Amino acid sequence: MIFNIEDVTVYFPYDHIYPEQHAYMTELKRTLDAKGHCLLEMPTGTGKTIALLSLITSYTLSKPSNPVKLLYCTRTVHEMEKTLHELKLLVKYQVECVGGNNAGLLALGLSSRKNLCVNEEVVSKENRDSVDAGCRKLTASWVREMALSDKSVKVCEFYEGLERSGSEAVLPPGVYTLQDLRVFGKAKGWCPYFLARHMVQFANVVVYSYQYLLDPKVAGIISKEMQRESVVVFDEAHNIDNVCIEALSVSVRKQTLEGATRNLNKMSQEIDRFKATDERRLRAEYDRLVDGLAQRGNLPHGDTWLANPALPDDILKEAVPGNIRKAQHFVSVLRRLVQYLKGRLETENFEKEGPVTFVNAVNSHVGIDQKMLKFCYDRLHSLMLTLEITDTDEFLHIQTICNFATLVGTYARGFSIIIEPYDERMPNTPDPVLQLSCHDASLAIKPVFDRFQSVVITSGTLSPIDLYPRLLNFNPVVSRSFTMSLTRDCICPMVLTRGSDQLPVSTKFDLRSDPGVERNYGRLLLEMVSVVPDGIVCFFVSYSYMDAIVNSWNETGILKEIMQRKLVFIETQDVVETTLALDNYRKACDCGRGAVFFSVARGKVAEGIDFDRHYGRLVIMFGVPFQYTLSRILLARLEYLRETFQIKEGDFLTFDALRQAAQCVGRVIRSKADYGMMIFADKRYTRHDKRSKLPGWILSHLREAHLNLSTDMAVHIAREFLRKMAQPYDKTGGGGKKTLLSQDDLKKMNSLDQMMF
Amino acid sequence: MDASQVVKRVKYKSSVKAPGIDGILKMTRERFTFRPNDPSKSQSLNVDFRLIKGHKSSKEGSGKPALLNITKDQGGYFFEFENFPDRELCRDFVAKAIIANTSSGASEKATPINNEQLSSAEMQRRIKLLQEDSELQKLHQQFVMGGVLSETEFWATRKKLVDVNASRRVKQRVGLKSDMTFNVKPSSDGQSNRVTFNLTPEMIHQIFAEKPAVRQAYLNFVPNKMTERDFWTKYWRAQYLHSARNIVATAAEAAEDEELAVFLKQDPILASETRQKIRKVDPTLDMEADEGDDYTHIPGHGLAVENTKDELEAQYEPFKRSFMQDINRHAAVVLEGRTIDVETADTRTVAEALASSKRVELAKEASNGNVNQERLDRISRMSEIEDLQAPREPPVAPLCIKDPRDYFDSQQVNATNQEAGTKQMKSRLSTSEAYGSLRVFISEIRTVGLSDPIVRPEVAVMVFNGLTQNISSSKYQLGKNPHESILDTLPRVTKEELLLHWTSIQELLKHFWSSYPITTTYLYTKVISALLSYYVEFVPFVVIFSM
Repeated sequence: MIFNIEDVTVYFPYDHIYPEQHAYMTELKRTLDAKGHCLLEMPTGTGKTIALLSLITSYTLSKPSNPVKLLYCTRTVHEMEKTLHELKLLVKYQVECVGGNNAGLLALGLSSRKNLCVNEEVVSKENRDSVDAGCRKLTASWVREMALSDKSVKVCEFYEGLERSGSEAVLPPGVYTLQDLRVFGKAKGWCPYFLARHMVQFANVVVYSYQYLLDPKVAGIISKEMQRESVVVFDEAHNIDNVCIEALSVSVRKQTLEGATRNLNKMSQEIDRFKATDERRLRAEYDRLVDGLAQRGNLPHGDTWLANPALPDDILKEAVPGNIRKAQHFVSVLRRLVQYLKGRLETENFEKEGPVTFVNAVNSHVGIDQKMLKFCYDRLHSLMLTLEITDTDEFLHIQTICNFATLVGTYARGFSIIIEPYDERMPNTPDPVLQLSCHDASLAIKPVFDRFQSVVITSGTLSPIDLYPRLLNFNPVVSRSFTMSLTRDCICPMVLTRGSDQLPVSTKFDLRSDPGVERNYGRLLLEMVSVVPDGIVCFFVSYSYMDAIVNSWNETGILKEIMQRKLVFIETQDVVETTLALDNYRKACDCGRGAVFFSVARGKVAEGIDFDRHYGRLVIMFGVPFQYTLSRILLARLEYLRETFQIKEGDFLTFDALRQAAQCVGRVIRSKADYGMMIFADKRYTRHDKRSKLPGWILSHLREAHLNLSTDMAVHIAREFLRKMAQPYDKTGGGGKKTLLSQDDLKKMNSLDQMMF
Repeated sequence: MDASQVVKRVKYKSSVKAPGIDGILKMTRERFTFRPNDPSKSQSLNVDFRLIKGHKSSKEGSGKPALLNITKDQGGYFFEFENFPDRELCRDFVAKAIIANTSSGASEKATPINNEQLSSAEMQRRIKLLQEDSELQKLHQQFVMGGVLSETEFWATRKKLVDVNASRRVKQRVGLKSDMTFNVKPSSDGQSNRVTFNLTPEMIHQIFAEKPAVRQAYLNFVPNKMTERDFWTKYWRAQYLHSARNIVATAAEAAEDEELAVFLKQDPILASETRQKIRKVDPTLDMEADEGDDYTHIPGHGLAVENTKDELEAQYEPFKRSFMQDINRHAAVVLEGRTIDVETADTRTVAEALASSKRVELAKEASNGNVNQERLDRISRMSEIEDLQAPREPPVAPLCIKDPRDYFDSQQVNATNQEAGTKQMKSRLSTSEAYGSLRVFISEIRTVGLSDPIVRPEVAVMVFNGLTQNISSSKYQLGKNPHESILDTLPRVTKEELLLHWTSIQELLKHFWSSYPITTTYLYTKVISALLSYYVEFVPFVVIFSM
């Protein structure tokens, strides 16, 4: 359908639209007009993504003089694929409507070499870093130079193909998923990864991971050349503060330090070798460093890798301090640093200090000042290029150390250095770890807000919506939370407080391993598998808890009974295994056998997999997914939040737990035709302070009578609900409020608006 | 249908047991010829149908090859066909050719040619069917004993029934049980330290299917290296060690006993299968791909998360195995279903069959290119929001009706839907109205002739829905009991009688229509004399019944 929002003609690929989608687009359009940032919360299952995509692409179409580029950030690769598929649908429709005018739209997904490489030999390596290194071994500028004279040196045919085609190597307009890019690259003989990297500058829509904007190490390379007139969208952004924090945190263990020492030895050997054979190179590097690191820009693009982890602008303007310009001097500085860190790890007690104290201590003990620390990462980078090191995966440890040094040298506040000799939970196993923990989410996202004209942060759960601007330190021009207009009560949240024996259930610490609670949880699931058709998803508070409870159910025979009704699949920490389990889970739901999926809140599945339609008719959240509250890092962060933003510890913890829970259960709904039940199985959910933190669209369906249920009552409600949902209904929501609008409805609305003004 | 010649690829045999020669069989009305593929073989045939007396054939679905024996006065010719449909075609052709050649001039017999040699097994199967189904028995009595239909005719329409029963085991396999049968606790006698595991063939099958390494080990070790008993003892010992969850002890045991280590280590065959499968997984689910973009969870970056002590135990890595993995693996195997249909207690056969079926599957997957396309189509379908647009195509499911009444009941929803959309349809007609409209129709056809299509599809659907609703709505009007319908309001005797008549009519109608086109006098007499009169007798019933 085609309709107007103010002066923008919107092309929307469906025949109908939800009223909240229309409202969402209107707000979004105003944000774009105002060239500001915004914060939009809209319940899952209302088609956020397509509304967003269709408005922004239509906005560009309506204002060809002022095209905006869309940088769409997803948390995961599979979400990226999903988004691109929706975009495909949209572009197909737009091309049908507008014809040739729109033929110029280019949209692509960007991921790492591991997901894009088509060179069989390289891509078969097991992890990202070895794929990266494998690629560098074939594409580094010196390797290619060498190959010109020496035929036995291997190069990558796809990269060569791309280089040969030069400026002719372009992607024709269209929407490219990662798979499409690989197919295209293979057919043309061009490397899809470098082609995509190149095309990112020209694309109208780029879909990539959060980290490509938030993690300065990556953002420095990939997103450097994005113009200011871009709209950045962070989808499913309820966890964005955690992503920001993680991007700037480093942890150092014994193994890291040992590995770093090995790396340094190797580097010294290389330096000696170069001194003997090719001193000119080291000399050239020295000269370059005198001019400052800004010169790095003219390196061939095949040679770049992770850029500086700090804000690039702070560093590029200055020249590298004199005492680390010489290669061997720099290596000895690093040796001293590693030695110092080793010493610090020997501690017997927990230690915590700020970056300033730490830098002073480093300076007084081993004579490395703040400025030298700050330049470590770039200096290492430069040295590795000079030494022509291609197996970068071997050198990860020293990179970690330099990353740490640079961060500690750059930021004076918002961080703590925490040294723990052992894990609190296992005091007998020595496992010393030194962590540089970032507490301030706004640090990583600041450059994004500064650089781009509009940043849209959106998710199904952003409650309380006034908290995010504080956490991320920005001023949104629009900040709105939309409610969901439902045709029928297609979600049914319940709070289950008691088991079948009327005793309370909870994952609170004192009740957690109580066999009675485990049994009650088991009975609940057992009753539900016999009532609910198709898929059921269960979320547990942690892997260890899930492990314990599944074993206990196995011992008591509950698991066997569950298995007689439905197949059981479990999320494990092995992603490959989990992916296959999910795939099989879907198959089981498709073929009608029905299945149960056991998953973990805060796990990878909870983060991004949808359990819509028959893939999830019921979600059970066993317990409240609090973070491990005794963790030193969490405590340090809470302290920082209290001091800086006046956010109370308890409030933040509850907020964090409830947004996770809401996120878990929110995955069951995808559209208004869909339906699903949600059971919060913990007595703590009845308390007002917990419950009220749930997003409004869940709360509005949580009836007073469903707040304090026992298993048998829940089963009864589930039966009634499923029966009700099986009845046919009027999709447009006849009677009072319309929940599905057609083109005519929108026209009427528009003319009504005009009459009012 | 009436082809003037048939050409098929066959094997010619001089006797049933002979190996046979590959070649081409060509049949015309007058003669059949056989030409071997290998021209050096001299066994080509050229036989006139006038010499042929009859034909015999092997039974379908009995596991025997598709044989056709064309008999002459002495001996005959055996042909083995590649499949049964080919054979059927040729058999029919031969039958026709023989009739045409032998009985030219002679009057057609009034009985059908009963060339079906009933084996005792076939007979028994029929008897069993009759015993199991009282309704069928009644029909049989009424028509066959009553002389309306011959035995063959009666069963001809039920060929499926007989065949399906015979071949069900092949076509529809019993799935695997959902629960993990082999995940059993040992029984101990409580006095000694001895524990006993009971092992059934079902369990062995499951173990082999879910743990290819155990299967491979069995094929390798038994019976050369150890006895079957030792093998399973070792297996359970390994399971026992795992259940104790002491990884250090497990590793120590494995170091001492090479064969035991096979069970204790992670399954290498499974691991390679996993690598294969992960490449074909739905990209919107592929969490493995995320690792490629994840710059915070590489070692050293980001905050330390729980469970980082794994690095300490690199040497124990191969022995790490969790119960969770077993559960996932089990569910995956159950989902794949039974891949072999060996029903034997012989462990070795099971193991071999599973191993070979796996190989076949892998080869098939490797050659199958369009799976990818299908997957992409599915994803793009999935990414649409269903209720924002009209459905792509009417949702269609293959119709499989066991009891017609169930069908009508399930159509109730559709019918009411339809009705909500259109105007209230006039669903009840008086007899005179119906008669009137019928007359109008007939006179219309007389003047205009039959148009094509006779009934407009929209009208047909409307009528059909109306009827459906009428029939099934009675149930809803009467109450919630699903078995209650308008029939149930009648006295029991009447109801049964009605149902019996109804089935009889159905049976007769089936035969009536199957007799078309009427080509032989036999059929003619059958239709006219027996069926029609019988049918007419019932027509009033039909009318009453459907009103």
